[in-house]
Amino acid sequence: MDCYTANWNPLGESAFYRKYELYSMDWDLKEELRDYLVAAAPYGGPIALLRNPWQKEKAASIRPVLEIYSASGMPLASLLWKSGPVVSLGWSAEEELLCVQEDGVVLVYGLHGDFRRHFSMGNEVLQNRVLDARIFHTEFGSGVAILTGAHRFTLSANVGDLKLRRMPEVPGLQSAPSCWTILCQDRVAQILLAVGPDLYLLDHAACSAVTPPGLAPGVSSFLQMAVSFTYRHLALFTDTGCIWMGTASLKEKLCEFNCNIRAPPKQMVWCSRPRSKERAVVVAWERRLMVVGDAPESIQFVLDEDSYLVPELDGVRIFSRSTHEFLHEVPVASEEIFKIASMAPGALLLEAQKEYEAASFGKCFLDRFPPDSFVRMCQDLRVLNAIRDYHIGIPLTYSQYKQLTIQVLLDRLVLRRLYPLAIQICEYLRLPEVQGVSRILAHWACYKVQQKDVSDEDVARAINQKLGDTPGVSYSDIAARAYGCGRTELAIKLLEYEPRSGEQVPLLLKMKRSKLALSKAIESGDTDLVFTVLLHLKNELNRGDFFMTLRNQPMALSLYRQFCKHQELETLKDLYNQDDNHQELGSFHIRASYAEERIEGRVAALQTAADAFYKAKNEFAAKATEDQMRLLRLQRRLEEELGRQFLDLSLHDTVTTLILDGHNKRAEQLARDFRIPDKRLWWLKLTALADLEDWEELEKFSKSKKSPIGYLPFVEICMKQHNKYEAKKYASRVGPEQKVKALLLVGDVAQAADVAIERRNEAELSLVLSHCTGATDGATADKIQRARAQAQKK
Amino acid sequence: MSFPHRPDAPELPDFSMLKRLARDQLIYLLEQLPGRKDLFIEADLMSPLDRIANVSILKQHEVDKLYKVENRPALSSSEQLCFLVRPRIKNVRYIASLVNADKLAGRTRKYKVIFSPQKFYACEMVLEEEGIFGDVSCDEWAFSLLPLDVDLLSMELPEFFRDYFLEGDQRWINTVAQALHLLSTLYGPFPNCYGIGRCAKMSYELWRKLEEEEDGETKGRRPEIGHIFLLDRDVDFVTALCSQVVYEGLVDDTFRIKCGSVDFGPEITSSDKSLKVLLNAEDKVFSEIRNEHFSNVFGFLSQKARNLQAQYDRRRGMDIKQMKNFVSQELKGLKQEHRLLSLHIGACESIMKKKTKQDFQELIKTEHALLEGFRVRESTSYIEEHIDRQVSPIESLRLMCLLSITENGLIPKDYRSLKTQYLQSYGPEHLLTFSNLRRAGLLTEQAPGDTLTAVESRVSKLVTDKAAGKITDAFSSLAKRSNFRAISKKLNLIPRVDGEYDLKVPRDMAYVFSGAYVPLSCRVIEQVLERRSWQGLDEVLRLLNCSELAFADVAKEDKASSESLRLILVVFLGGCTFSEISALRFLGREKGYRFIFLTTAVTNSARLLEAMSEVKA
Repeated sequence: MDCYTANWNPLGESAFYRKYELYSMDWDLKEELRDYLVAAAPYGGPIALLRNPWQKEKAASIRPVLEIYSASGMPLASLLWKSGPVVSLGWSAEEELLCVQEDGVVLVYGLHGDFRRHFSMGNEVLQNRVLDARIFHTEFGSGVAILTGAHRFTLSANVGDLKLRRMPEVPGLQSAPSCWTILCQDRVAQILLAVGPDLYLLDHAACSAVTPPGLAPGVSSFLQMAVSFTYRHLALFTDTGCIWMGTASLKEKLCEFNCNIRAPPKQMVWCSRPRSKERAVVVAWERRLMVVGDAPESIQFVLDEDSYLVPELDGVRIFSRSTHEFLHEVPVASEEIFKIASMAPGALLLEAQKEYEAASFGKCFLDRFPPDSFVRMCQDLRVLNAIRDYHIGIPLTYSQYKQLTIQVLLDRLVLRRLYPLAIQICEYLRLPEVQGVSRILAHWACYKVQQKDVSDEDVARAINQKLGDTPGVSYSDIAARAYGCGRTELAIKLLEYEPRSGEQVPLLLKMKRSKLALSKAIESGDTDLVFTVLLHLKNELNRGDFFMTLRNQPMALSLYRQFCKHQELETLKDLYNQDDNHQELGSFHIRASYAEERIEGRVAALQTAADAFYKAKNEFAAKATEDQMRLLRLQRRLEEELGRQFLDLSLHDTVTTLILDGHNKRAEQLARDFRIPDKRLWWLKLTALADLEDWEELEKFSKSKKSPIGYLPFVEICMKQHNKYEAKKYASRVGPEQKVKALLLVGDVAQAADVAIERRNEAELSLVLSHCTGATDGATADKIQRARAQAQKK
Repeated sequence: MSFPHRPDAPELPDFSMLKRLARDQLIYLLEQLPGRKDLFIEADLMSPLDRIANVSILKQHEVDKLYKVENRPALSSSEQLCFLVRPRIKNVRYIASLVNADKLAGRTRKYKVIFSPQKFYACEMVLEEEGIFGDVSCDEWAFSLLPLDVDLLSMELPEFFRDYFLEGDQRWINTVAQALHLLSTLYGPFPNCYGIGRCAKMSYELWRKLEEEEDGETKGRRPEIGHIFLLDRDVDFVTALCSQVVYEGLVDDTFRIKCGSVDFGPEITSSDKSLKVLLNAEDKVFSEIRNEHFSNVFGFLSQKARNLQAQYDRRRGMDIKQMKNFVSQELKGLKQEHRLLSLHIGACESIMKKKTKQDFQELIKTEHALLEGFRVRESTSYIEEHIDRQVSPIESLRLMCLLSITENGLIPKDYRSLKTQYLQSYGPEHLLTFSNLRRAGLLTEQAPGDTLTAVESRVSKLVTDKAAGKITDAFSSLAKRSNFRAISKKLNLIPRVDGEYDLKVPRDMAYVFSGAYVPLSCRVIEQVLERRSWQGLDEVLRLLNCSELAFADVAKEDKASSESLRLILVVFLGGCTFSEISALRFLGREKGYRFIFLTTAVTNSARLLEAMSEVKA
C-alpha cells in the first residue's frame, strides 16, 4: 500500500503534490531541448519542435526541420522548414500549429505537418520585425500577441477571425521589457509588462502603471511572470528571489515566498486544480524544479536533464528527452483514501483493495445508490485509459476530459486520423449516430478522398461501402472535399450517392457542371433551385447554348418563360425565335399589339403576328389576325367619319352600333366585307331593331326574304320588349315545329292547345298543359285531357 | 329531406388548429417589425386574411392603417410599411416602385414584405434587379390551408390552375407538398395514398421526400385520416364545365362564393343593403339544402317556413310562464332561423329568375345531350346560336369546350366556324384564348388521322420519351385525347334510367347533375377506394392518358383504427367544384365514409374559363 503515497510531497499543512511518469519518451531527439523552439498544446496535445538555427549566426544556411510528436513521443510529422526565421511556435485551440516568423507572417500547419494557410500581423510588424511572440487561448479562441522591434505590441484575440489591434505605446520604453504576459479580464485581452521596477498594464485604450499590493521592497526588476490557466491568478518573480502570488487583477495578494535564488528561472507556471483552495506555482531552472505555495517550505525536485513545462487545467506536464511526467496537487478524494491513518470512509473501504473494486464492492452496501454515476465513471475511466495508451498519446486527467467534453475529444481523435478508436468510443458510449459514428465516418471519408494514390472508383466504392445510408452523412460535403482536392470526377461519383438531389446542386454548379446541376435541380422538384441554376447558366453560357439547354428541359423552360413574361419580354421573343415556335411568336406579337397606343403600331404588330402564324401553318389564326387589322383600320375610319368610338368593339358590336345609329347601309357593307353569316346578321338586326323599337323596319326586314333563323326569335324578342301586338304578327309565321312554343309565348294557350292536339305531340301537349293556369284555361286543359284519352283509345 | 349521416360515420378532425397556427405565425411576423406600421394587403389575400385575423387583431399588433395593394402611389405616412402579398413579380415591382419613389424623395422608412404562402427566388431576384434588396426585409407566412368549412380546406390559390395546367409552371407543387406535410404532422401519417395525374404524382413524391427528411416526427403517431387521394383537375374537365344544379353549386355559379361567403344583393336581402353571408355547416338552414338538387330546395324551404310559423304560433296558447320560457330560450333561435330562411328563399327566387330568362332548361338539355353523345349536330347549332346571340362569352366558351371534350375534339369545319363566330361576337383578342384552350386540351381539333402538326409530333415524341421525365403537362395535353365517350361507357357515367329519376331520393352521385351524369372525378375516386388499388382500371387509365401517372401506396397491415379508415382526404389539384363535393358527401353517406376536401381553390366553369381567357389589360 505504501507505494500509493510514496511520491506524495506535502506543501504546508493541508496539501500534497505528487509527480508521476506519464510516458517514457523514446523520440530520439538529436539535440538538447534547449536548442529547440518548443510548443506543446494543452490537454495532452501534440509537441512541436523546431531546431532554432537563427540564433547561431553560422548555421543560417542549414534548413531546420520542424518535427511534431504526440505527447507520448510518437512522431506525427517532420518537414523541412523552407520559410523565413521563426520567432515563436504555439498551438491553437483547434490543434493547429502557429509559427510566427520574424517578418510578422504567421504560418498555420495541421497536426500532420500539412500547410493550412498563412496571415500577416500587419505592416507595422513587418517593418519593425518580431522581437517576441506569444500564442494564448481565451474563450474566444486562440490569439497571437507580438512584441515588435520598436517595443510596441500588436495583438489579435482570435486568429480564426483576424482583427489586428495595435496596443498603445508605453511611455518612455527604450528597451524590451524584462518579461510580459497576456491577461484576460472582462473578456478583453490585455498585456502586462515589466520594465525595471515598474509594471504596466496595456489595454486597447491606454497604458497604466500598476503596483502589486504588498510586494516586498527592494525590487529593481521582474524576471519572470506567469498567469494561471484560467487567467485568475498572477505570479511574479523578482530579482530579489521573491515570488509574489496574487490575483490577476492585481488587487489582492495571496502570498509571497522568497526562494533566495536570484538567477532568472527558465519557466514559471501555475499548478492548481479547479475548485481547490491551494495555490502553487512551479518554477524551473536549469537543473532545479521548485513547487511554491502559501507555505514556509517549498517542494524541490532535481531535474536530470533539460525539461519543458506545460501548464494544464489541473497541474503541470513536464517533459524532457527521456520522460514525460505530470505534477499536480493530490485530489482531496485520493487524499482521504490514501493519507496515512486516514479514517475517512473511503480509506476504510480500501480494505477491499483497488479503487475500482472498492467502489464496486461498496456499491453493494448502498441500496438506494443509483448505479448511473458509477457506470458513467467506469466508462469515462475506460475511455481515458484508451486514449492515454502509448500509441494514442493523449494523457488527459479526468477533470481535463470533462472540461474538454467528449465531442472535442472525438474531434481530436479524428484530427489524428484515429477513426476506428473514435468509432469504438462512440459505440461504447452509445452516442447518437448523427453526433457520433456518422460524423466520424464523414470525416474519414473526407480524409479518404485526399488519398491521391487510390483510383476514383476505388475511393468512391470504399466510401459507399463504409457509409452506406448512415443517417446524417452528407455525401455532398464529402464530394465538396474531393473537389477541393482537385478530384472533380471523384466528386461527381460521390454526389451520385447523395440521396437528396437538391444537395448536389451547389457543388455541381461550383464544378461548372451546370447542365447536370440543372437536371438534378429539376429532379429535386424545387423550382427555386431550378431558377438559381438557370441564372447561373444564363451567365455562364452564351445565349444560343443557354436556349438550347432550356429547350431540352421543358420544366425549366416554362419556369424561365414565366419569369420573362413579367421581367424580360425581349428574351421571351428570342426564346420563341430560337425554337422556331411561330405559333407562340404570333401570340406574343398579338399581346404586344395591345400595349401599342397608336393604331399604326397596333396594326404593325398584328402584321408581324399574322406573318408568324403563316409560318406556323396556322392559317386560321393568320386570317383572323388579318381580319382584326382590317377591322381596326375600318373602325378608325368610322371614328373619323362618324365621330364616335368604335375601336376595340367586336365585329358584331360594330355592326350593331351602326344599325342603332341608323347607318344601315354601312352596316350591310361591313357585313358583306367580313362575310358575316346570314344567321348572325339576322339575329343581330332583329335584336338591334327591337332595341330601337323600330317595328316598321323590323317588319320590312322580316319580309326581305325567308328568315334563316325562323320566326320564333322574332316572337321571343318582341315579347322581351313587351310588345305582344308585334309578337303575334310573327307567331303566325312560325313553322309548325315551333308553333306551339310561339303561341304560348304570346299567351294564346287555347290556340296552342289546338295546334298541339292537331300535331298529336305528347311533349307539346304536356307543355301546354303546364301553361294552363287558373280558371280561364280550365276548358283548354279539359280539351287536352280529352284528346289524350282519345289518343290512348286508338 | 336532408340526409343525416349514418350513426357510425366517423368524427371529422378539428381543423380550426390550422387557423390558430396561421394566426400565431402572422402575429409573430408582425411583431418582427415593432412599432406602428401600415399594412398593404394584396386584394386576393384580403378575404383569407379576414378569416384568420380580423382588423382588431391586426390593430392589437400595431397595424395602423390598411391599404389594398393596387397600382397607384401609396398615401401612407407611416414610418414603417408592411406588405402582405402573394409571391408574384407584379407585386414585387409595385413594392419596388414605392421604395424607389421614397428614395427619390429622400425619405427613409422601414419596409417589410411578407410573402404568403412562401417566397420565390424569382421575387428576390426582382428586388435585386430593382436595386432595393437591401432596403426591404423579406419573410414568409406559411399560410397555405384555410379551413372554409368543417370538411373543406382551401389553399386559396386560384392561380394554381393557370400556372400549372396552362403555363406548365411547377412552382406551387412545393407548396402543396408542404401543406400535406403540415397535415401529416398535425393529424398523423396517412396509411393509404392514391393519386392520379402528373401533378398529383409529383406533389406526392415531393411530399414523401419531405417526410423522409424529417422522419421520426410522424412515425409514432396514430393516423387520424386513413386515406388520401390526389387528383389533377385535367383528369376530369367535363365535370367542372357542367352547369351546377345542386344548391351550393348553383349559388356559386350565380353569385360567386368567395372564400366561403357570398354577397347577397338588395334584391335578396329585401332591404337596401347588401349582406355578406357565411355559407358553412354552422348555417342550419343552408347545411340542410346545400347538397340538394335545386328542384327540391324551394319545396323544402316553404315546408321549413310553415314549420317555423307553427312554432311561432305555439305562443298563442301559452301562459305567462311558458311565454317567458319561449322568449328566453327559443325566440332567438327562431328569429335567426327566420332570417336565414328568408335569405335563402330570396336567393332561390333570384336564381329562378335568372335561370328562366336564358332558357335554362334548353341549356341543360343541350349539356345532357353532349354528355350522352346524342344529337351532336343539334347541339352544335345551339352553341352557334348562343354565340350569335352574344348570350355570354364565358357560357359560349364553356359549351364549346364541353363539345370538344365529349367529342374528342371538334371536327375541323366546326372548329373553324365556331371560333370565327366567337371572334366576331366577343372580340378578336380571344384568338389568344383559343390558343390557351388548345394548349390546355380544353378546346381542340380532331386530328385527321395521324397527320399531327409539326409541333404536336415533336412534343408527343418528347412525351413518350421516358427520358424526358417530368415534361410539363401543358405540352403533353396537346398530344392526348380526351376519350370521354369511351371512359363514360367504361365507368358507367351515364346512368340508365327507367322512368323519371327521383331527385328527392337520389340513387347515385348522378343526382348532382339531375340524374344525367355521374361526375367522372368522383367515380374514379369511388372505384379506387372500393378496390384499394387501381387494379382492373388499366383500360380507364389508358383512356385517361394516365397509365404512368396513377399510384397507390397502401399499408400492408392496417395499424389505423377502423374509424380513421373511413376518413378520406381528397386533394384536388387545380380546383374542385361544389357539385363534386356534394357528390362525394353523398357517396360518403351511402358507404359510411366521410370525405374531407383539400383544394387549391373552389372552382366552377366560369372561373376555369376566365383563367384561360386573355383579356386586354
